Amino acid sequence: MSESVAAPVVALRDVVKTYDDEGLKVTAINGITMEIPRRRFAMIVGPSGSGKTTLLNLIGCIDKPSTGTIEVAGEAVGRLSDNKITDFRAKNIAFIFQNFSLYPVLSAYENVEYPLLLIGMPAKERRERTMGLLEAVGLADQAKQRPNQLSGGQKQRVAIARALVKHPEIVLADEPTANLDSQTGAQIIELMRKMQHEQEVSFIFASHDPQLISHAEETYIIRDGKLVEHRTETV
Amino acid sequence: MFKIAFRNVLRNGRRSLMTALAIVVGATALVLLGEYNAMIKVGMETGLVRGMGHLQVFKKGYFDFGSGKPAAYSIADYEKAIDTIRSDRVLASMITVISPRVSLGGIAGNAAVDKSKTFFGSGLVPSDKDQMNAWDGYGITNGDRPKSGLDDAKPDQVVVGVGLARILGLCKPLKLKDCPASEVPQPAAKLQLLSGAGGAPNIVSVTAVKASGQGAKEMDDSYIGLHFAKAQQLLYGGDQHKATAIVIQLKNSADIPHAKARLAQIFARDKLDLEAKDFDELYPSNKQILGYFMAMFAFIGVVMAIIVGFTIANTMSMSVMERTNEIGTARAMGVRRGGIHRQFLLEGAILGGLGATAGIAIALGLTHLINHAGITYTPPGNASPVDLYLLTKGTQSLLATVWILLTAIATLASIVPANRASRMKVVDALRHV
Repeated sequence: MSESVAAPVVALRDVVKTYDDEGLKVTAINGITMEIPRRRFAMIVGPSGSGKTTLLNLIGCIDKPSTGTIEVAGEAVGRLSDNKITDFRAKNIAFIFQNFSLYPVLSAYENVEYPLLLIGMPAKERRERTMGLLEAVGLADQAKQRPNQLSGGQKQRVAIARALVKHPEIVLADEPTANLDSQTGAQIIELMRKMQHEQEVSFIFASHDPQLISHAEETYIIRDGKLVEHRTETV
Repeated sequence: MFKIAFRNVLRNGRRSLMTALAIVVGATALVLLGEYNAMIKVGMETGLVRGMGHLQVFKKGYFDFGSGKPAAYSIADYEKAIDTIRSDRVLASMITVISPRVSLGGIAGNAAVDKSKTFFGSGLVPSDKDQMNAWDGYGITNGDRPKSGLDDAKPDQVVVGVGLARILGLCKPLKLKDCPASEVPQPAAKLQLLSGAGGAPNIVSVTAVKASGQGAKEMDDSYIGLHFAKAQQLLYGGDQHKATAIVIQLKNSADIPHAKARLAQIFARDKLDLEAKDFDELYPSNKQILGYFMAMFAFIGVVMAIIVGFTIANTMSMSVMERTNEIGTARAMGVRRGGIHRQFLLEGAILGGLGATAGIAIALGLTHLINHAGITYTPPGNASPVDLYLLTKGTQSLLATVWILLTAIATLASIVPANRASRMKVVDALRHV
């Protein structure tokens, strides 16, 4: 294992996140310290309201901790300005959402291509990468179709292609199989596993799905905003 | 970004259509009113330039006191003054017509039917007036060149206003419509004109050969156009024959300030006791009428801008609310706040641009219909109806202004919704269902 692989892709130190809910302070994350190794299929699990999504949002740099520090891909993200952290997300972090969150006005091809436009990739390379990813997820023939012409499984495949097309450091997925039937969910999990292996990217999930949890290489169990257990599976 | 913005505009087609309709109505109203205003402006200007020229040269003081004492304020050496102006190299290239005039007032009588009426007379050189009537600086007359009705070789002929012709019992000899049955038939329209510059009045006999509508009723009931030499004879009698004014018509109205300044230089250089007035000074109502129409245009423009602004702001606000999750996704993927802001401004601008383009196209179609519908109306102060005609030549700047104005308003009205979209917290936006 090289040094860069040995360094964690995510490191949290004493992270606390509290919300002010109409004058009532709610602590969603309560002093979590944890590291997630690179290029792993990592799972954050726990009951509803345990803080899984909040933790994923903090790792994804779309929310800021109340106290504590977060390093993502070697960058201390807490000190970055809004524009810098947005640019950081554009290059290093990708999301797969439960509800797919594809642009309804763009075709499958255009949805996948969109993150590459944000990082200013030249047109030729953009085209090659986009078509390559659509072929990899088995949707090359549906490239021109809009999301409303695709099934739930196909939409999530487009979302996976969109997440991976820019070769991010981390892919974050919040309940990616929740809106899919079990058979399609299994296919999507298999696809993500395959893509993670091929692209050597770190996948971090928040999920309840036992089917998905069974594939975890790193499992972080959260309860009441605290990390209560960390299990590592030897691959 | 443009592709996404354009598709987002088409996404909720019915709402976008209703929003665009408000802009279409605004653009159509502004273009039609602007074309009407433009027609009023160039129509009035063409009429004034044909009638009184761009500039008139007077003996100093005539403009204020001359009508009460014409002999004292007339230009004695008017022929020399005309030669001086005509031979000036700077002015020569600008001038189309330069001609002497005599303005006078007096009493016109028709002895055959025992009727008389005060008149306002304009003594002019018929061929010069006919040349002035050919002026068409804005290309709106389709070659229409009304004749003065007078002839250089027939100094005894006069043209009278239609109203004056009726008053003086000349309806039948001049073959006017709707003549009163009680009017006494006459073989010819003979008139006696009485006037003078002071002392004993002078009398001349003339023949009215034509009745010509003068627009405003006051003028129609008192106007007599007569030969310049006959007007001199009537005003000055046996004294030196002078001119009350020298009329100058230019090729382009834009040359007025330049020509006026040059005339002032010439008068100062040659120590001539003369001054030049432009048509806005001679006919101040022109500016007032145009100002009134401009104020009306501006008022309607402001009302339209407010309606368009509120409609766009409402539509964009609804769009932001509906696309909250989408905004969160875009921000999570790495679109900066500025990018979200620009996205919504662009959508507002596209809506405004599409609406304005459609509105202008409809306005041009309506203009064509109106101009060929034969609609007439009677403007304030006019004695007779005129064709309702909307100007289409040279209105490119109006169309561009309306398009830019409405597109800019649509863009500006999107600022508040765009601000709201760009300031959303990513996690809150993603949580929105």
